[in-house]
Amino acid sequence: MKLKSLLVGLGLLAGMGTAYAEDDPFKVGFVYVGPVGDLGWSYEHDRGRKELEEYFGDKVETTYVENVPEGADAERVITQLAKAGNDLIFTTSFGFMNPTIKVAKRFPKVTFEHATGYKRAKNVGTYVLRTYEGRYVSGVAAGMLTETDTIGYIGSFPIPEVIRDIDSAFMGAKSVNPNVKMKIVWVNSWYDPGKETDAANALMDQGVDVLLQHTDSPAPLIAAEKRGARAVGQASDQSQFAPKAHIFSVRDDWAPYYISVVEAVMNGTYKPSDYWGGFQEDMLSLASINDNLPDDVRAKIDETYEKINSGEFHPFTGPITDNKGNVVVPEGHTLTDQELAQVNWYVEGITDEIPR
Amino acid sequence: MIRVQARTEQSTLMAFASPVLAIVLTLIFGSILFSALDKDPVQALHVLLIMPLSDAYNISEMFVKMGPLLLCAVGLSLCYRANMWNIGAEGQLLAGALGGSAMALQFVDSNSVFALPLTLLAGVVSGMLWAAIPTFLKLNFNSNLILTTIMLNYIALYLLIWAVHGPLRDPQGFGFPESALFSDATLLPVLTDQGRVHLGVVFASVFALVAWLILSKTHLGFKIRVYGSDAPAALYAGFSSKAISWFVMLFAGGLAGLAGVSEVAGPIGQLTPVVSPGYGYAAIIVAYLGRLHPAGAIVASIFLAILYMGGDLAQIEMGIPIAVVGMFQGVLLFFLLACDFFIRYRLVSTRDQVA
Repeated sequence: MKLKSLLVGLGLLAGMGTAYAEDDPFKVGFVYVGPVGDLGWSYEHDRGRKELEEYFGDKVETTYVENVPEGADAERVITQLAKAGNDLIFTTSFGFMNPTIKVAKRFPKVTFEHATGYKRAKNVGTYVLRTYEGRYVSGVAAGMLTETDTIGYIGSFPIPEVIRDIDSAFMGAKSVNPNVKMKIVWVNSWYDPGKETDAANALMDQGVDVLLQHTDSPAPLIAAEKRGARAVGQASDQSQFAPKAHIFSVRDDWAPYYISVVEAVMNGTYKPSDYWGGFQEDMLSLASINDNLPDDVRAKIDETYEKINSGEFHPFTGPITDNKGNVVVPEGHTLTDQELAQVNWYVEGITDEIPR
Repeated sequence: MIRVQARTEQSTLMAFASPVLAIVLTLIFGSILFSALDKDPVQALHVLLIMPLSDAYNISEMFVKMGPLLLCAVGLSLCYRANMWNIGAEGQLLAGALGGSAMALQFVDSNSVFALPLTLLAGVVSGMLWAAIPTFLKLNFNSNLILTTIMLNYIALYLLIWAVHGPLRDPQGFGFPESALFSDATLLPVLTDQGRVHLGVVFASVFALVAWLILSKTHLGFKIRVYGSDAPAALYAGFSSKAISWFVMLFAGGLAGLAGVSEVAGPIGQLTPVVSPGYGYAAIIVAYLGRLHPAGAIVASIFLAILYMGGDLAQIEMGIPIAVVGMFQGVLLFFLLACDFFIRYRLVSTRDQVA
């Protein structure tokens, strides 16, 4: 019954007047949580999509749906992409996890890839960025540049990814400045220029002179520029918004992964996995490092980047103690990806509590 | 010269002609818009307006979207009839989702037959309580209902976000802000073996009929209508404005709460930070498009559900950006409301007037 109605549906869709060439291209669908816009999370995924099209030319045809709410609508949009004949569908926000799993069950021949989630299935893989790598370098730069020994972090939601990055940034800062302190403000949003500006100003009012952000808008950079502070850009190259304040941007680059997955599915070699990409995989980069940085800071940024990029150094290598005195990473151990996915503690020295 | 003149009574002809006029104007505008973007206008309009109803899956999805819109809009229609400017359906919906989830999560490992009824009841009561706050404030302190209901929308949203990051978070969820998945006993039964249309749309239709009967057949409905069109007359007739206000607000709050709990116990199946894409606000448009009549709300909620879905389909089928879709939808709503102007007013040439 289900299959039959599905076929009827597909027949209707095909009859819609969309004429396909004899040699059908491999169809890839993308679901974005935000509008594509000019920068940020969804923009970077779309940049990956465009590079994917460029790389494969006529062999691949892509479709995207932007601004999809993470409620009941996500499942419909993903289903419709599958119904429209897409062979591979990337769902690019955490809130799409359960809808992706549900749709994947009904379309076993379609491959699904979900960004930042933890549920996988026979035809569902997950992928995530090692943003903590960029965050560590940001922390190193912030620790050297701060004159008040106080850096600020604008958090989005207290989920493991964000907690992990706060830890990483703080460990980076501490490695170059033992006196450094960190103040954290949560804005409970991934993109809210108004709240991000308020948060940035509130932090600077408390003596913060270097801002790190886990949110998408350039608002904190703009606020920092106005008040002579410094800041690191997130997800996209944000140097244009703050020519003086901008230290560098940690830029996401999804294209290498998208190209490799499409290739694997086309060749029939695809296996769902939990993929982590960072500096080494060219999925994270330091964009537009500012020329106005002091030489020693610039040198330290390059050195730290190189150490992480070569695999010589991993920020989550023991011994690490949390801020309650428990040893969370014993000496000689480096957190595995599985362990990284569950970080829910602040490292020693962060005088704050994770909101519960 | 042409000038605007108020009609002595509403034009029945224009009440029916206005939507037709609006749709014709929108089709003309849409054709120009899509042609300018090098998209086939006929195909674009087809995808936007007809494809959402093109197969069984899409129709079932249309009902999924229609349910919460209709539930909220029916309640709002009654409120607006009684001059209670309740802008708080969104908050009442979220309160219902939150209250219902708190109850549903008591039954995660249970298949008790009471799980679903108690969950629905918790949702309805939460929505009513959330509507009771601004009603109490208005009736006792004469606070502005529009402002209090809007503010309570945000409070409800942040309460929900707090709960899903805190007490209601899935203990096995790696700290991500989502509740555990509800047990099957807590989920609304699905009506077809394909698609996700669930009992919620039945609730919505039943309550639309109930509201219609209340308005047209009962003494209470008569009081609401009189109070709304001429408050002094209603008071002179001895109707209690307090009772009317309480009734419409609690009715609307309960229905919005039911809409909320039907989303989490329906297509979503768990509490997530995003429960509603703004159904409570869109329902205001639905209520007005339906001319504050429950039957009109049914037609209008179907219409808006189609528009929502058409927007996604236009992106999938034709690569039309969401901004363009939004522009088209905005223009359509604008024409619909603008053409209603001719129900109450007409254009006359001043020369005729003199003669």
